Amino acid sequence: MGVREKEVVVVGGGLAGLSAAMRLADLGAKVKLISLTKVKRSHSVCAQGGINVAVNLMGEEDSPEIHAYDTIKGGDFLADQPPVLEMCYNGPQIIRMLDRMGVPFNRKMDGSLDFRRFGGTLYKRTAFAGASTGQQLLYALDEQVRRFEVQGKIEKYEHHEFLRAVVDDNGVCRGAVIMDLYNLKLSTIKADAVLIATGGLGVIFKYSTNSTICTSAANGRLYRQGVHIANPEFIQIHPTAIPGNDKLRLMSESARGEGGRIWVYGDSSKKIIGPNGEEVVCGVTGQPWYFLEELFPAFGNLVPRDVAARYIIQVVDAGLGIEGKKQVYLDVTELDAKTQHKLDAILDIYQKFTGDDPKVTPMKIFPAVHYTMGGLWVDWPATGDKDRFERYRHMTNMPGLFAAGECDFQYHGANRLGANSLLSCIYSGMVAANEIFWFIDDLKVKVEDVGTRCFEEAEAKELAIKHDLLERNGVENVHVLHDELANIMVSNCTVVRSNKGLKEAIYKIKELQERSKKIRLDDKGSHLNQTYQFANQFSVMLDVAMTIAKGALLRDEFRGSHYKSEFPQRDDENFLKTTLATYDPVSNEPLISYLPVDIRHLTPILRDYTKAKRVQAHLENIPKKIPLVTERDYGRG
Amino acid sequence: MEEDKCVLKIYRGVEGHQYFEEFELERKHGLNVISALMEIQKNPITKEGKKVEPVVWEMACLEEVCGSCSMIINGVPRQACTALIDNLISENKSKVITLAPFSKFRVIRDLVVDRTSMFEKLKKIKGWVPIEELHSQEFGPKISPEKQEAMYVESTCMTCGCCLEACPQINKGSKFIGAQAISQVKLFNAHPTGEVLKSDRLHVLMEEGGISECGNAQNCKAVCPKKIPLTQSIAQMGKDVTKEFFKIALGLPENKG
Repeated sequence: MGVREKEVVVVGGGLAGLSAAMRLADLGAKVKLISLTKVKRSHSVCAQGGINVAVNLMGEEDSPEIHAYDTIKGGDFLADQPPVLEMCYNGPQIIRMLDRMGVPFNRKMDGSLDFRRFGGTLYKRTAFAGASTGQQLLYALDEQVRRFEVQGKIEKYEHHEFLRAVVDDNGVCRGAVIMDLYNLKLSTIKADAVLIATGGLGVIFKYSTNSTICTSAANGRLYRQGVHIANPEFIQIHPTAIPGNDKLRLMSESARGEGGRIWVYGDSSKKIIGPNGEEVVCGVTGQPWYFLEELFPAFGNLVPRDVAARYIIQVVDAGLGIEGKKQVYLDVTELDAKTQHKLDAILDIYQKFTGDDPKVTPMKIFPAVHYTMGGLWVDWPATGDKDRFERYRHMTNMPGLFAAGECDFQYHGANRLGANSLLSCIYSGMVAANEIFWFIDDLKVKVEDVGTRCFEEAEAKELAIKHDLLERNGVENVHVLHDELANIMVSNCTVVRSNKGLKEAIYKIKELQERSKKIRLDDKGSHLNQTYQFANQFSVMLDVAMTIAKGALLRDEFRGSHYKSEFPQRDDENFLKTTLATYDPVSNEPLISYLPVDIRHLTPILRDYTKAKRVQAHLENIPKKIPLVTERDYGRG
Repeated sequence: MEEDKCVLKIYRGVEGHQYFEEFELERKHGLNVISALMEIQKNPITKEGKKVEPVVWEMACLEEVCGSCSMIINGVPRQACTALIDNLISENKSKVITLAPFSKFRVIRDLVVDRTSMFEKLKKIKGWVPIEELHSQEFGPKISPEKQEAMYVESTCMTCGCCLEACPQINKGSKFIGAQAISQVKLFNAHPTGEVLKSDRLHVLMEEGGISECGNAQNCKAVCPKKIPLTQSIAQMGKDVTKEFFKIALGLPENKG
């Protein structure tokens, strides 16, 4: 008899979860994959534009080093730099792997991959598959996971929800309590390690570009169990979304990458504040005013997302919105037919939801909540560090519990560049898989040597929570409370923040926490009870919302997506640090502390997008050899 | 009914106990079926004033790219997120909009059905490109832009189930595999690496319930939200299956590349 196979629970079936599951199966582990939905329906399908990899196939002398430089600068220097560096150096390997899996990437005439330009860079480094790249990458990974499923290496638990990590007496994660959503039955899975890959939190804001399953409940539940959340205040607002009653649909950055232009009708009697603090006249009255092109001649419509969103809002606040409403034009009408064709998928969606043809009439768009840079804190020992192999990349502060993808905080700092998330999700999923493999090898007490008590207690706790919620007989409707949460979060915790507004938000969240104790469910049954499912998520969504508001309140500066008009400058002296939110059961609030940011490769410079330049991007202290995530031992040697 | 109102008539319940319930709501500009269902969720009271349990349905992306919210709307299988109330009213000349769960799958509750069988078919046809080694530093084979474009369209299949729901050949008595899986056979057989499993996939289409059971009603193509040329895929695979038959009859070596 050989050693038994390693058993890992992966929670979440988006790009991060699937790439982790695939890599774990490839290494020889057995995986139990938990997902709210069929994994093929995960939110990664919504990513439209592409995936950044500096393979330099466009003859521009692009390199992973420049990619890392752009990413670090785009994140306003809040990202720990070694993870960014290693991710960018792994980009070319990941794109080769995806290409071999059959992702139908767009091609050049010679049959090799085509690339387009995205925000925050001057290089064409974004590979894409039509205008639904996320869908195509997810499907390719879904197919590979299915191949392993047939081989018995991966077992799916779809329509199941993660409720709790099982923690032994020494604080080590030993499994998970899950719920079958079709019948609300609880069960507990033992595992050698657990990976959380549960994505974003858009549903906290209700009107976002996220899928309706992106509640961040898993993060909230773990936070309540003592897992740290880092940089929660950094919420990316996508500058171009289609207004809607049920959600705000993304209009991909690729529309601008292919030449789409943002404009409003000018009004020379009005002024806004430009990037250098100067007053700028709002164009010529009655003429189209391409304000991003005028204010940022080098990057134009492709300035980073936070910059574009803030100027769109400033222009609308000045009264220049189309028809006086909160909307501006995104215009692809002047692009040639061939270029428009590349955007067919996203232009079709616009037409489907608005009835207007964007090839004829300029689209109307407005910024919307899109992505969370923050998330579960995960460790990231760098290549060459003395303790590199004594710690584990992507492990949270709870031993045995790992996190990857949008639900963790790495790679993007204070602002994510477009088309970097598909890369970070796949890379981090595969990194986590490698590290989990070693972690289990190094683990002194195996899961079979842990008594049954911690498993029984974990499930009993969740059973008690379930009964309490189903039996509550108050007056509040959870969907109404959700609307109230969304209103205050969108108004006070997005693009333009103030300490007064953030205090109001905290006050409101506390009120909602009190009122949510008096919820009365309109459905008390146990058969696919979605009302119960959402109410159960909502209570912890309030906790995550609180970390966003409090993290933002205490950060008195302007950095990336986080902007307060009373503190309009980046303040490296006081705030070049990672926010760490820890749940305090006594005050029922997060305790906020800070960690230093690892800036070993690039000393912070001003994040300036006004000048035309392809700077000589030079990073310091680059390790001699950066391990590829697909290597058998991933650098452990 | 007042000018600014509409009614959602929903076929609810569980298998063996299904019934209609009607909900009246305000007709706002831009409202789609999903936002109408969300309104009902906040205050689940029927037209007759009876408080009921909220309607249950599946949804995720709301951008018609995940395939979750498929249901029958005014008799047509489609996604609820792209079903705009204004359009439904003007197309059907009625302010009553009927929603029902798919009928060719097991109903879980209300508008939610179990579509696991579609994913099982993807296992059966080996719907993947087999790659040997994650660490290979090679790109995949070069593919012309024309071929990529054709493959991309087929690869946008979101396993939503509309084609199967609309197909007259799919019913309780039949084993017909349906357009979704046949089209995926074409996709993976067209890939220069995926082709290695070509015979295995064609053999699935030669079994009972295979491609010969297509009745050429062409409903699948008509309802596909991604405009995948499903009938062309079926015709092409029909030819490939015939070739495969001949190959077996003549004792030629199997295409295992």
